[in-house]
Amino acid sequence: MMNDYLKQVDSVGIRKFFKMASEYDDVLSLTIGEPDFQTPFHIREAAIQALQQGKTFYAPIEGFLTLREAISRYLLRKFSLSYCPKNEMFVTVGASEAIDLAFRAFINAGDEVIVFQPSFVSYQPLAQLMGARLVIVDTCVEDEFKVTYDLLKSHLTAKTKIIILSYPNNPTGAIMTYQDYKVLVPLLETFDGLIISDEIYAELSYGPSPHASLAHFPSIKEKVLYVSGFSKAFSMTGWRLGYVCGDSRWIEPMITIHQYSLMCSPTISQFAAIEACDHGDDGIIKMKEQYQLRRQYLVNRLIQLGLKPFAPKGAFYVFCDIRSTGLSSETFCRNLLDEMHVAVIPGNAFGLSGEGFIRISYSYSLAHIKSACDKIEIFLKNRTSRIE
Amino acid sequence: MEQLLSLLKMNARMSLEDLALATNQSVEGVASQIEHLEKKQVIAGYTTVLDTTKLEPRPVTAWIEVKMNPKKDFGFDYLVDTLLTFEEVESVYLMAGDYDLAVVVSGTDLMEVSMFVSRKLATLDSVVSTATHFVLQKYKDSGFNLKKDQDLRENMI
Repeated sequence: MMNDYLKQVDSVGIRKFFKMASEYDDVLSLTIGEPDFQTPFHIREAAIQALQQGKTFYAPIEGFLTLREAISRYLLRKFSLSYCPKNEMFVTVGASEAIDLAFRAFINAGDEVIVFQPSFVSYQPLAQLMGARLVIVDTCVEDEFKVTYDLLKSHLTAKTKIIILSYPNNPTGAIMTYQDYKVLVPLLETFDGLIISDEIYAELSYGPSPHASLAHFPSIKEKVLYVSGFSKAFSMTGWRLGYVCGDSRWIEPMITIHQYSLMCSPTISQFAAIEACDHGDDGIIKMKEQYQLRRQYLVNRLIQLGLKPFAPKGAFYVFCDIRSTGLSSETFCRNLLDEMHVAVIPGNAFGLSGEGFIRISYSYSLAHIKSACDKIEIFLKNRTSRIE
Repeated sequence: MEQLLSLLKMNARMSLEDLALATNQSVEGVASQIEHLEKKQVIAGYTTVLDTTKLEPRPVTAWIEVKMNPKKDFGFDYLVDTLLTFEEVESVYLMAGDYDLAVVVSGTDLMEVSMFVSRKLATLDSVVSTATHFVLQKYKDSGFNLKKDQDLRENMI
């Protein structure tokens, strides 16, 4: 009965590990990929007001124009990106829907899709579902998990139809600067396809330079589909709201699928999102200050423990090299869970190039992170003394 | 410095080592910064946030609004200096609005606080009137949520 392409998809994936973790009821988890901050009150209040005013009907297929205008203002103000709210964007059910729609709208069976890994767990299976011929390109810690000129050049062919990349990156915390992107532009100018840039973590960038996007380069902007959402920037994960911007030749086919599959994104969430776009800057600053402290603590502490964390410049994860322990990613995580009841995610859950690493989320209070680190320290000491 | 203060406000018992890790500084650097902040009285002291409603016997806290006549040449300082000498007084704030001072007082029971107000506070020279409000329940104090702080996240991905 099952769709043949679905048969190829790993149905267990990351869930296997969560199932293991759920067997203990005292687990100290550092696995979660969503902010621990509540949605700021003024944003929740905007939703309550919409509810009280009875604004509970279907929204327009593309999302309310007032929201699209707010997103347009926000993108221009925060990232110097200019998109027409009327025909260069629409509102989706999370950024994940936008990625799914892009794949469904533009992949024909056998088309080549370049996926840079380690990366978010959805890209590969969603492309597989469309019968794509996947070209998995491994970024590496030596290159700071960036997409380099050589890496792109050696994999970009006449058959490449779609390239998908995401910076700041989940799980590595890597970023691409304007200069990093600039060297790729000449290659991408010759590319005749679609570049999907998932920038859901754009607000969570800690470097001195501002967040950069491939959409900043006029010569290739029309090939770039800019995907983002409200989940990470405004702590609005449960509201399920994202958006996608790009040339109308990309947007229109995606809207066709959206209209028949979901019809529209949640109405109440959209009213909250207008408030977030226009008045949410302060909340982001406060959240980032906390992430910054946790990031510094976690990275420094892991170094102290003798591990080699990749110093993240964005998102809220530390991708930590555990090869010095002699354990595989999965064994490390399984043993840490069994012995110390601490849960982190094996790096290979994000692609084979993540082997030898673990993903630690710092979307937790500092006290929580410290307790977990204390246990990781005992775990490592026990292991060393056993070996000796 | 902002990072250091932010951390100490969340947990004044954080070790120098942990403070150094979180602020990307050396232990010595953090220690000397704290010493400097203490000398300048930016850090005026360290305390413990107590949910007194859970103590047995349960002490009483009152928020007292005080209206007063400022004294010539001294303004409100004269009264404030006196208030600061009372051990029952936990906090004193100069206010803008309907009254002049907010005085937080605690005592072992209702009677002790009432006696303090009627015998010590209200009788002071410059005090025109007082209004005493007793605290029934503390929900948040010094930034700490005193109700059980739950992680509501259920999706582990």
